[in-house]
Amino acid sequence: MSKKDLGLLILILVVGAVVAIINPRFLLPINLANTSNLIGLFGILSIGQAFVIITGGIELSVGSVVALLGTLFIDFIAVRGLGWPIALPLILVLGGIIGLVHGWLITRLKLQPFVVTLCGLLIYRGVARFYTADGTAGFAFGQNFPELEFLTAGRSWGVPNSFIALIVISIVMWVVLHRSVFGRYLYAIGKNEEAAKYSGIRTGRVVMAAYVICGVLTALSAIYFAMYTRSISPASHGQFYELYAIAAAVLGGFSLRGGEGSLVGVILGTVLLQELQNLVNLLGIPSSLNFAVMGGVILIGVLVDQQWGVFRARRLMLDASRKSVAAE
Amino acid sequence: MNYSDTSIAATTPFLGLENVRKTYPGVVALDGFSMEVRPGEVIGLVGENGAGKSTLMKILGGVTRPDSGTITVDGTAHDGLTVEGSLGSGIAFVHQELNLFENLDVAANIFFGREPLRGGPLRLVDRARLREMVAPLLKRVGANFSADTQVASLSLAQQQMVEIAKALSIKARLVILDEPTSSLPIAETDKLLDVIKGLKADGISVIFISHRLHEVERVADRVVVLRDGMLAGTLPKSAINHDQMVKLMIGRMLKEREKASEAARAPGATALSAKAVRTPAYPARPVDLDIRRGEILGLAGLVGSGRTELARVFFGIDGTLGGSLELDCKPLALGSAADAVAHGIFLVPEDRKLTGILLDLSIAQNISLPNLPAHAKRQLVSASAETVTAEKQKKDLGIKAPSVQTRTGSLSGGNQQKVVLGKWLAMNPKVMILDEPTRGIDIGAKAEIYGLMRALADAGVAVLMISSDMEEVIGVSDRIAVMHEGQISGILDKEHFSQENVLLLAVGKPAN
Repeated sequence: MSKKDLGLLILILVVGAVVAIINPRFLLPINLANTSNLIGLFGILSIGQAFVIITGGIELSVGSVVALLGTLFIDFIAVRGLGWPIALPLILVLGGIIGLVHGWLITRLKLQPFVVTLCGLLIYRGVARFYTADGTAGFAFGQNFPELEFLTAGRSWGVPNSFIALIVISIVMWVVLHRSVFGRYLYAIGKNEEAAKYSGIRTGRVVMAAYVICGVLTALSAIYFAMYTRSISPASHGQFYELYAIAAAVLGGFSLRGGEGSLVGVILGTVLLQELQNLVNLLGIPSSLNFAVMGGVILIGVLVDQQWGVFRARRLMLDASRKSVAAE
Repeated sequence: MNYSDTSIAATTPFLGLENVRKTYPGVVALDGFSMEVRPGEVIGLVGENGAGKSTLMKILGGVTRPDSGTITVDGTAHDGLTVEGSLGSGIAFVHQELNLFENLDVAANIFFGREPLRGGPLRLVDRARLREMVAPLLKRVGANFSADTQVASLSLAQQQMVEIAKALSIKARLVILDEPTSSLPIAETDKLLDVIKGLKADGISVIFISHRLHEVERVADRVVVLRDGMLAGTLPKSAINHDQMVKLMIGRMLKEREKASEAARAPGATALSAKAVRTPAYPARPVDLDIRRGEILGLAGLVGSGRTELARVFFGIDGTLGGSLELDCKPLALGSAADAVAHGIFLVPEDRKLTGILLDLSIAQNISLPNLPAHAKRQLVSASAETVTAEKQKKDLGIKAPSVQTRTGSLSGGNQQKVVLGKWLAMNPKVMILDEPTRGIDIGAKAEIYGLMRALADAGVAVLMISSDMEEVIGVSDRIAVMHEGQISGILDKEHFSQENVLLLAVGKPAN
């Protein structure tokens, strides 16, 4: 765990302690379970986003993808009678295809990630609304999928299974990002794509793979969100989720220029964001201020981090100059 | 001596340097250097790379202070200049790499930051007055373009005129031109030399730094030769000729280097060959070139002659627009740098920091990057395998760093270049292409890099060295291919090596 991550963890604990003192209901099992469920849902989404951001890209369409794929998933199992063990992988594949198309447009046709995924944001939202004729996708009365419901919205030993899923995914993705050849390529490309290319890395394929990973994880979280809300109105479902994911990554120490950030960081970023949401509810702050609180905290966090970096660089320079004076 | 006294009084030097000394850690850049520049005088300043020219420029521009010595500007003596002081006393620079905003027009560039304003709270630019101010400046430099032309659409020589006009706009009394012609075609060079003559006629002094000795011969009133930070000699107008300058510049060095690589070797089989390859830079000019095993083939030519573009094709970065490549007499198709690397064709690129290495990664991570799967088990990177590879390269190449975990960005240029070399040497190169391998590297590391190239060639690797350093090309290569405007204008064998021949071919004329 880096110093940055440690700082974030301490901030999470301090904020948690303050909220718990003001309102002890923060520590009630039901509140912790609810919050950790949301952390699980948003965490899966944010990890996907992090893989794209590390390459220096951005994925703005995830909120709309959550709406479209969630709608499709519920439609497949509730209306079209497809078994969920078939529908679930199908949705994951669709998410992967969306990522592949984005990656292809970005690496082969050299379009800017912002533009491609902004168009995606508009397109998928529109398609989702058209698909349900602007209605709501949901389950009929009495329709049950016990195994699926257990896996997505159920709990084991009091812990939401979505949170457990996040932990499993995090461990796998930590290994991929921090220990694998692919992860090293991602960092290298994020730091300097040209130099990576001149080192013989097939940068296009690596970047495309990052978008595919983001698409698949987004699809998975879309299923979780769908099973959590159980009914989806595509006009608003998943709105701003891309911003939650980007915010979590930025809070977690990712640079939008690419090449920086850790998996632990993005998870901690998600935890802090959900803690802040919870804080707004528990402390009786008008919920309309929700976004303002989040924006304020992110701004302060990034500012402190950046100033700390400037301070450290200056201290290093002073040290170096003192050493060279001593050497003479 | 009364006679000469009056003549000096009549032309008081605008600039005088006396006994100027500047040292950097481990290097004496200038060692008691003295010179003077009189009003309206054109001084040709020549010297090898590393002779101290750029340090001298930095001192005159006020960027660095000399350790000792006196600088007299317009009769006032200083210990050193500041940037403002230098500008304020009318010393203007036109650098080799032009500092223009390509997206703005000529007028905006010339008066950038000093635009005439119309007054009022909006601080609008007074365009009419700007044009009035620019017109006479453009006329003085003999510009054949208008003030509202976009700089991007001008030729290099025209852009240089804009730079000179900019210098004139600050009422320059001394214009220092640093290698202004190195990237110009001949016709454009003539125009630039005319502009210099025009400046001289207006009483403005010029310091003209150039490797192109024929141009110095044509335009200079006096030539000052720098060698190893010292004044190697001054040639008055009547004594300026090519041989004299070369003698003062290099005499000793040239012999040493020739001896070092005198042992001629039998050429090996062709490793990499280009058959009528056409590069994106010069789509209409096919290139034929063979690189043989066991030789260092020097690729000379002026900046912009298409050498780097050819290297990019060999390394699979750019596709060919026609023609074909062959490796060991078999057709070679390259879709990306990854393909070239898989075939053992490696490139040490020209721009080390942008394309050669990743400054934020450690030495070990940079060295393992092109061959990462070999340093991994089941797709998981093994840090210990990386360290072993990197330690070997660090030892073999003499990379000076606390450890292989050191961030590459904190190394000196020479050591960074060794890291670039190390990542390829760890992988058994078949063809090694080096684009300006010693640019910006100190003399000691240069010699080591020459030694490495020779060792590679001796081990049977085909080495292609692109270099603009004439001495380096002549001293290191076994054969020299020269490019001119996208084509190989000639290939010189060892017995025909000479600065003149390389230069003649570089400007598209036949060699002697």
